[in-house]
Amino acid sequence: MAVLNYTESSRKVEEAIYDRVIPSGEGWMHELEPGQVLRIVDLEGNQAADTLFYHAEDPEDHYSAVATMLGQKNIYLSTGTVLRSESNKELLKIVADTCGRHDTLGGACSAQSNTVRYAHDTLPMHNCRDTFMLQLSKYDERYTKRDLAPNINFFMNVPVTSDGGLTFADGVSAPGRYVEVQSIVKTVALISNCPQLNNPCNAYNPTPVRVLIWDK
Amino acid sequence: MINSIWNKTIPAGGKWSGTIGKGKLVKFTALGKGANLSTIMYHANQLTERYNMPDTLKAQHTSHLTKGHVLMSDNGRVLTSIVEDSLGWHDSISGYTSRKETDEKYGITTYQELRNNWLRSGEENFAVELVRNGLGVRDIVPVLNLFSKVFCDENGDMHYVEDHCQEGATVTLRTEMDTLFIFSNTPNPLDPRNEYPSVPIQIEVFNAEPVKDDDVCVNFRPENRRAFENTWEYHTLLSDSKSVVLK
Ligand SMILES: [Zn+2]
Repeated sequence: MAVLNYTESSRKVEEAIYDRVIPSGEGWMHELEPGQVLRIVDLEGNQAADTLFYHAEDPEDHYSAVATMLGQKNIYLSTGTVLRSESNKELLKIVADTCGRHDTLGGACSAQSNTVRYAHDTLPMHNCRDTFMLQLSKYDERYTKRDLAPNINFFMNVPVTSDGGLTFADGVSAPGRYVEVQSIVKTVALISNCPQLNNPCNAYNPTPVRVLIWDK
Repeated sequence: MINSIWNKTIPAGGKWSGTIGKGKLVKFTALGKGANLSTIMYHANQLTERYNMPDTLKAQHTSHLTKGHVLMSDNGRVLTSIVEDSLGWHDSISGYTSRKETDEKYGITTYQELRNNWLRSGEENFAVELVRNGLGVRDIVPVLNLFSKVFCDENGDMHYVEDHCQEGATVTLRTEMDTLFIFSNTPNPLDPRNEYPSVPIQIEVFNAEPVKDDDVCVNFRPENRRAFENTWEYHTLLSDSKSVVLK
């Protein structure tokens, strides 16, 4: 069995400066100051929080799954992982994680990829990429579809096998599990709380996540 | 053997970008062992549509790419498909080399000193060709590394396989849409050898036979067929648009 990396946080909920629940199917885009800590809580378990980060002063420099994986020569994200930008700047660091492993290869669901993965008649169904694009359109005209790089799937388990397989496995997450990222530079976080109804990973039942922010 | 309609050899460190229309075979040959060709693909007629690594991998339940697999765009369409492959594994997760890594690993080289023998990086090769095509570094997506094998163990650690690509290895892509390719013949970032690989890669383009219903890529998985159907739908709408003129 692969190693999972659990680290609890000592931060207290009552000391958070921001606290919000994101229902499934909804998005959230928010700036993080250097040093601030964002906690994402999987309230009911086996939910996917599709997440992207940008360098706030340079929106064109987005989170890079490949730079992040290369930086640690490992494809799974957990405590200690530095989340890097395309230009290899350090954006944030994972400082606590009670889930043990998060995916960055699976990307976000979209109407078009749903037609490929499941069936053509899924085209009208709500999806993460629509949420991302709606958030970008409301946030700042500097962000466009070109900035939708492959994202992080917090709480998702997407094991890759040594013979080159890739599967969507059932949960390493559970109700109340969380992950914390500390911003190294000023960043912008973009979350889509996945509305996917075609996937057994979340038991076909998307649920809310909670976001909290601390100043340090 | 039919003759190629175009061919080009990309020397070690070299780059190339250009549009190859749909219905062509693009055959790559490693002219030495240990080759790596970092590749990005865009839909030539709509540049915001591009190769999407996650959509490609998850639809085909694979982390490596070989014959039968297709390379999907973020719009659920097939940009290109892998119709022939002598290697069985091409890498999709290990990216391109940066200037910093190139200097650290192979030593600092400058044009001033070495003229055209200075060592190029994937980062700069892509930046130049992206800008040439009206794009920018924000448009870089995870690249395909033809000829490289990187596998992950059960803990997720990434391993580059040194003896994977032998001289003469080939892989052939078929264009299913008009595709803007950007190639950078620069080392795989995980290649541990501290000698800059000097492997030229030959690219030959042929006209492809029309895709038939028993095509290996179309039938590889139901997901692939649906992605082809999305692609055919796009082409139907494009060509029909001429006949939908109001009378
Ligand atoms: Zn989703």
